[in-house]
Amino acid sequence: MPVPEKLEFFVDASRCIGCQSCVQACAECATHKGQSMIQLDYLDRQRSTQTIPVVCMHCDTPTCAEVCPADAIKRTEDGVVQSARKPRCIACNNCVLACPFGVPKMNSRMNLMMKCDMCYDRTSVGLRPMCASVCPSQALAFGTREEMARLRPRARAVNSFQIGRQLIRTKVNVMVPLELPDEIVDVTAAMYEPSIGHDPLDAMAPLEEEP
Amino acid sequence: MSRATLEAPGPIGPRSIPPDRGPVAAQPRWRRDFPIDSDDDDYVSRRDLLKYVVLTSGAFVVGQLWILLKTLLRAREPAFQPAPVAGVDELAVGAAKTFTYPQGSPPRLLVRLDAATFVAYDQQCTHLGCPIVPAVAQGKLHCPCHNGWFDVRTGAPLAGPPQRRLPRVDVEVRDGVVYATGVEG
Repeated sequence: MPVPEKLEFFVDASRCIGCQSCVQACAECATHKGQSMIQLDYLDRQRSTQTIPVVCMHCDTPTCAEVCPADAIKRTEDGVVQSARKPRCIACNNCVLACPFGVPKMNSRMNLMMKCDMCYDRTSVGLRPMCASVCPSQALAFGTREEMARLRPRARAVNSFQIGRQLIRTKVNVMVPLELPDEIVDVTAAMYEPSIGHDPLDAMAPLEEEP
Repeated sequence: MSRATLEAPGPIGPRSIPPDRGPVAAQPRWRRDFPIDSDDDDYVSRRDLLKYVVLTSGAFVVGQLWILLKTLLRAREPAFQPAPVAGVDELAVGAAKTFTYPQGSPPRLLVRLDAATFVAYDQQCTHLGCPIVPAVAQGKLHCPCHNGWFDVRTGAPLAGPPQRRLPRVDVEVRDGVVYATGVEG
């Protein structure tokens, strides 16, 4: 059974209070006991307490699956990129290194990559994912787009990301301020250093001129 | 600097998209051989394999049980019904008669050895299946094809190429009629 189309996942990092509830809830799930598939990252540990919950974004061009030499990562028709197939995963770490969002993590004890599959056992029957069901500030929210527009009038959902030269559309939406003009969030733009005039993409420019 | 451009924004589709966001037809062949979409992947899950193995072997078991049951039921009913072959008076001592038993079988040979003794065998030689002819005066059955000889009393091969005994047909005399009651082998 596929995940209902009208229910979508919304991540709003600015609402995250760093309570670790999502991590705890994820770890308690029966299908992957003890291992949390969600991570709570610090934005800038030195200057801020701001945390960001990292769930799988479920790309339409899943880089993890692209680089998997064992053909273990598959995407179902509802757009959910599933965790590695246990009999196929060879624990090579390619997906861990390749994911532009830094989602997959290797469980070296089990020699298996386990990543967020949006709680497929729950969402495919219309339930909310574990993390979204426990998040007290609803930084992780699972619901309809209309519901989200009504509850959060000052934000809008974006699901397109520019990472280097890779353009990615995701199933999971990120809430951005309403006044942000761009349709596409340029993730690697943060790497631009005006003081040294360094654009990480410039390094790739000669490649592009080749036929 | 050129960058990939995006189709109309909105929710993502059911199919995965190649990293260059180009048309599917322009993609290299290996991309079709190693699909990212779950539906295109010839994946046999452990559960499916187990189901297949269990159901298939189960079908074999049921088939074997069915054969066993058939065999048991067949063993219960008598294999041969006695059938009259000839009257005692019909055959002089040393004479022979061909008959079929059961109906539609290969020909059998009935031989009267003396006043009270009747024997019957398959008429096919055990060497290459030629019909045998009686030579009761010499106490033998003869196969003219390759000069094979059998003992008329036991059906055992005596000379020539045949190595095996002639299959015997059980006969029984009741009220002046010779009945065939069973076939050996």
